[in-house]
Amino acid sequence: MIDGMARAATTTDAFNAVAEPRRREILDALAGGERPVNDLVSMLGLPQPQVSKHLRVLREVGVVDVRDHGRQRLYRLNGPALKPIHDWVSNYERLWSERFDELDLVLEDLKRKEQGDDGDE
Amino acid sequence: MTVTSNTRARVTLPTDDQILITREFEAPTHLVFKAYTTPELVRRWWHANRGEMTLCEIDLRVGGQWRYVMSACSGPEVGFHGVYREIVPGERIVSTEVYEGAPDAEAIDTVTFTATGERTTLTILVQHASRENRDAHINSGMELGLQDALDLLEQTANSLR
Repeated sequence: MIDGMARAATTTDAFNAVAEPRRREILDALAGGERPVNDLVSMLGLPQPQVSKHLRVLREVGVVDVRDHGRQRLYRLNGPALKPIHDWVSNYERLWSERFDELDLVLEDLKRKEQGDDGDE
Repeated sequence: MTVTSNTRARVTLPTDDQILITREFEAPTHLVFKAYTTPELVRRWWHANRGEMTLCEIDLRVGGQWRYVMSACSGPEVGFHGVYREIVPGERIVSTEVYEGAPDAEAIDTVTFTATGERTTLTILVQHASRENRDAHINSGMELGLQDALDLLEQTANSLR
């Protein structure tokens, strides 16, 4: 059974978690593989408390996992959790990509005509 | 992965109520501007191969109206219209945009054309009045709505606990 109200609140947070630009950067960094927090700090140029705070939010919504490895904690991307959001935006992105591919053809035509005006052979 | 000659449009969501679309073109700004604002030319690309543009009206002056109607291959006709608020030829266009399927959700579109050598970067910033409107805009005409996506996300997240 699905509990409607609790669900709405959680999902809203999940989307916010991924929408924040700094958190997107963290996800991008983790896309290259598992990393300790120190790596992320130097890659992003952010203070560690801030990175840790973002990581906590990302873990809460399930897009980042953590495991202990000796004295280090290693963070990694949980790709499948991100896919639905990625798909949601990428469908829209695909529409515009296809639109602009057609625009490329129109621009090629315009460029050719312009060059033709300068004296075609 | 093979890189094709096609550049992908990049779509980001800078804030809760915005959509930002970016793409670079191998053409000077005056031509991109022309292709973007001339009805006969817009008719040739705006359909994105998903149907046919049955109407394309552009009255390119401040206070002038635009209206695009497309007859989609699958589904009914969809229309969009708005009013131009600011026009800087070859550089910038600001207009309102209304999807006629949701007439209360008016957005403000800011389109910029930036030259980098012989190339042009085109950006379209869509500013909605609310996140709900923004999400509905992206959802329109897509198989999987945002709520479906979020439900799937939550299911996946829960399965990890």
